Amino acid sequence: MSSFKRDKKEEEDGGGNPFQNIEKTTVLQEARIFNETSVNPRKCTPVLTKLLYLLNQGETLNAKEATDVFFAMTKLFQSKDVILRRMVYLGIKELSPIADDVIIVTSSLTKDMTGKEDMYRAAAIRALCSITDATMLQAIERYMKQAIVDRNSAVSSAALVSSLHMIKLAPDVVKRWVNEAQEAVNSDNIMVQYHALGLLYHIRKSDRLAVTKLIAKLTRMSLKSPYAVCMLVKEEDSGNDSPYFEFIESCLRHKSEMVVYEAAHAIVNLNVQPVESWHRPLASFSCSVVHLNQLFDLLLSIATLAITTLLKTGAESSVDRLMKQIATFVSEISDEFKVVVVQAIRALALKFPRKHSVLMNFLSAMLRDEGGLEYKASIADTIITIIEDNPETKETGLAHLCEFIEDCEHVSLAVRILHLLGKEGPKTKQPSRFVREHTSATRCCQMDSDDEVRDRATYYSWILNKQDKSLYNNYILDTLQVSIPSLERSLKEYTQGDTDEAFDIKTVPLAPVRSDEEREVKHKAEGMLVSQGPTKLAPISREENFAEKLSAIPSIQNLGPLFRSSEMVELTESETEYYVRCIKHCFTGHMVLQFDCLNTLSDQLLENVRVQLDPSENYQILVKFPENDLPNSIGTFGAVLKFIVKDCDPTTGLPDSDEGYDDEYMLEDLEVTLADQIQKVNKVNWAAAWEEAASNSVELEDTYSLSSMNSLDEAVKNIIQFLGLQPAERSDKVPEGKNTHTLLLAGMFRGGIDILVRAKLAYTDSVTMQLTVRSSDANVAELITSAVG
Amino acid sequence: MGVLFSYFKSLIGAREMRILILGLDGAGKTTILYRLQVGEVVTTIPTIGFNVEQVTYKNLKFQVWDLGGQTSIRPYWRCYYSNTDAIIYVVDSADKERMGISKDELFHMLREEELADAILVVLANKQDIPGCMSLKEVHQALGLEALKNRTFQIFKTSATKGEGLDMAMEWLANALKNRK
Repeated sequence: MSSFKRDKKEEEDGGGNPFQNIEKTTVLQEARIFNETSVNPRKCTPVLTKLLYLLNQGETLNAKEATDVFFAMTKLFQSKDVILRRMVYLGIKELSPIADDVIIVTSSLTKDMTGKEDMYRAAAIRALCSITDATMLQAIERYMKQAIVDRNSAVSSAALVSSLHMIKLAPDVVKRWVNEAQEAVNSDNIMVQYHALGLLYHIRKSDRLAVTKLIAKLTRMSLKSPYAVCMLVKEEDSGNDSPYFEFIESCLRHKSEMVVYEAAHAIVNLNVQPVESWHRPLASFSCSVVHLNQLFDLLLSIATLAITTLLKTGAESSVDRLMKQIATFVSEISDEFKVVVVQAIRALALKFPRKHSVLMNFLSAMLRDEGGLEYKASIADTIITIIEDNPETKETGLAHLCEFIEDCEHVSLAVRILHLLGKEGPKTKQPSRFVREHTSATRCCQMDSDDEVRDRATYYSWILNKQDKSLYNNYILDTLQVSIPSLERSLKEYTQGDTDEAFDIKTVPLAPVRSDEEREVKHKAEGMLVSQGPTKLAPISREENFAEKLSAIPSIQNLGPLFRSSEMVELTESETEYYVRCIKHCFTGHMVLQFDCLNTLSDQLLENVRVQLDPSENYQILVKFPENDLPNSIGTFGAVLKFIVKDCDPTTGLPDSDEGYDDEYMLEDLEVTLADQIQKVNKVNWAAAWEEAASNSVELEDTYSLSSMNSLDEAVKNIIQFLGLQPAERSDKVPEGKNTHTLLLAGMFRGGIDILVRAKLAYTDSVTMQLTVRSSDANVAELITSAVG
Repeated sequence: MGVLFSYFKSLIGAREMRILILGLDGAGKTTILYRLQVGEVVTTIPTIGFNVEQVTYKNLKFQVWDLGGQTSIRPYWRCYYSNTDAIIYVVDSADKERMGISKDELFHMLREEELADAILVVLANKQDIPGCMSLKEVHQALGLEALKNRTFQIFKTSATKGEGLDMAMEWLANALKNRK
């Protein structure tokens, strides 16, 4: 009692570690008492303890120091004190890699391992193997063989494990002990059996056939040791067609959880089709492991693996039962592992869409539980993935998310979900509940400390409060569609000029409509609720690029802003002598034709190259659209390339003489199409715009027979290409197997004239189209209907 | 009474005597050690290193170190010389060829400072083997006549038959007792 008190006091004094201040030199000095004729175990044991402590603290001895203290230590063999002797074994093991001539204790250790004192035997074997090299091993071989089959399980295990270490050093010697190892496999002791199997496997490792035989034999004999069974499962990788697969499968029902885990692991790695009958053992296993994990953190990963295996290999019919089982323990595991469970559920939901209601309910229950951001985000993420994958789940999924953000403390997550609700909410059967969520959010934002947030919130709530559909369409649904760099440039020009006119936003070129793929990527990124890295800067439009170049030409400067540049049109074949291409730049009232000419002949030099156009009626040459005569703004030009040819040296490119001759080259006719004069506009809510246009636009309608079209799909593609309008609400995709389809298009004619087109298509033998055009300009509407005809 | 007390004191109070058994490999050192300790012949294998046992002979306690005699082990003998009271040097009397080596090792050892006061017992072992050298021949072959200033005696023994050992130990016990 008093000593206990003293210890406690020492601890308080900070003297808790009696070895704290010991030094190597002092300890080596103290070790000299080992050399005294009569050994005093009471004095020697603490010195040896200090030495071992130092070595374990990372203190190093040089070979001389180690050898000296090692030989001093050998003198301690004269003492029969059990504790001291066992300390000596430890000392031998620690010093054997550093000290020289450690084989000096071979006989003593051999004697101890074969002696009567059981306290010595196992430890002596281990110490002996640490000092033995390949040549000395043969000298002790007989004793090792005896020890392997010793009745004392500690001795047998020590010999087996030591053999396993020795196999690296002297594989040929250890291989001769295979019969002894074989005998030890039959041991009743679980550790001996396990260690024996380990040795046996390592002896035969290099011989594939022998391993197969070994496994075949052992799988039949039902090993007692779960460790041995685990090892057997682990080393068994013969593939799924082998009979051992049955064995692994049977291990799933083993009474030891460790074996079940190992079997499950093996099965997961084998990648075979899951079998329904595995699930019950696995499920009960994962439940019990979760209870255990309160005791052992280590088991958490095992539990998670079991759960994932369960969900990975689950069949549709077992989903309900699985979910019920998982529900019993999911609240007990940490967030980190809950995330793993959530991910597994996601995989399950994608695999079995019909089970969405069970899974969705489960997820929503998880969503209501306590949890960190990462966990909640992964649930929300999963719900969104399920919504995207399976439209049936949209209503319930959104409802769950909506409920969640009512009192969600994770701002970033709430924002992402709000965004999703805003996008998807209006298309649901009951948008009102999502609207309520947003209205309250907007109201909060009007008080935000951030200027921009406040401004935007005020802007939107003011517009929304006006209850004016036209305002909604123009300022919320289809906001500014102009190209931002162009707007910046136009505004700069406007402020520098001294005009009194109001700035006309219609003169600013529109931003190009993003392609479907780009939108797809964006759409996915929003849905996934994961960061996709920094967003790319908006690419500069082709128009912006050309506008920059064209504005450098003086005579083009006063044509106003560039409205649209067409794709490159080839006027010759690319392999001909002169390769001519044309880009049509459309301005509000003019068209500039840019000809790119390439002389592919190396022995000719062309000078004074020009294109002579044979304009159709009403066009003034030099780029003026026929005024007030829109129907004629579409036309065809004959074109001839004219130039002076000078022959030249193909290598230097220098002309042979200054004299040249006039020549000309016929080009393909150049067409000015409707599409050249129309910019695509993306309408987020086409129907709203259409409705609004009913009151303030001219409507023209006509019916056409598109006899050359053989399918609705083909017709849709051609119409879009011909009119150069942007399809809205994915109406460019014709559902398979349908005979009727409605194509919705939107765009802007040069000069800022809005165009909306609805094309109702029907297919019997050929395609019939009813085309309805609504435009703010009657002439434009007429142009379109007539152009189609 | 007083006599009896001092007799006990001389037995109990005396420190354990430290004895080394040395000699070439295969001379019978380990067999002698265990013959002395347990009084039986045990199966032995070449000693790699040493065996150390406590031997009680006539109420005297000896700490006996049997050091391996193989060429590779001999250099380590010196590690165990300090505080040695007596050396039992064992010679295989039938191994005439290596008698010279045995002699060299003996004298090499006796030159050591630490063994200057150690009593020497030479055992001409394996006397049971026919044709072995006699006690006199061994004495001569080892050149023991050259030993001066050392308490020493030579005995003929057969460890396997247990002959001669008693006499040698008797002499050694007395020699150690009388040393002071």
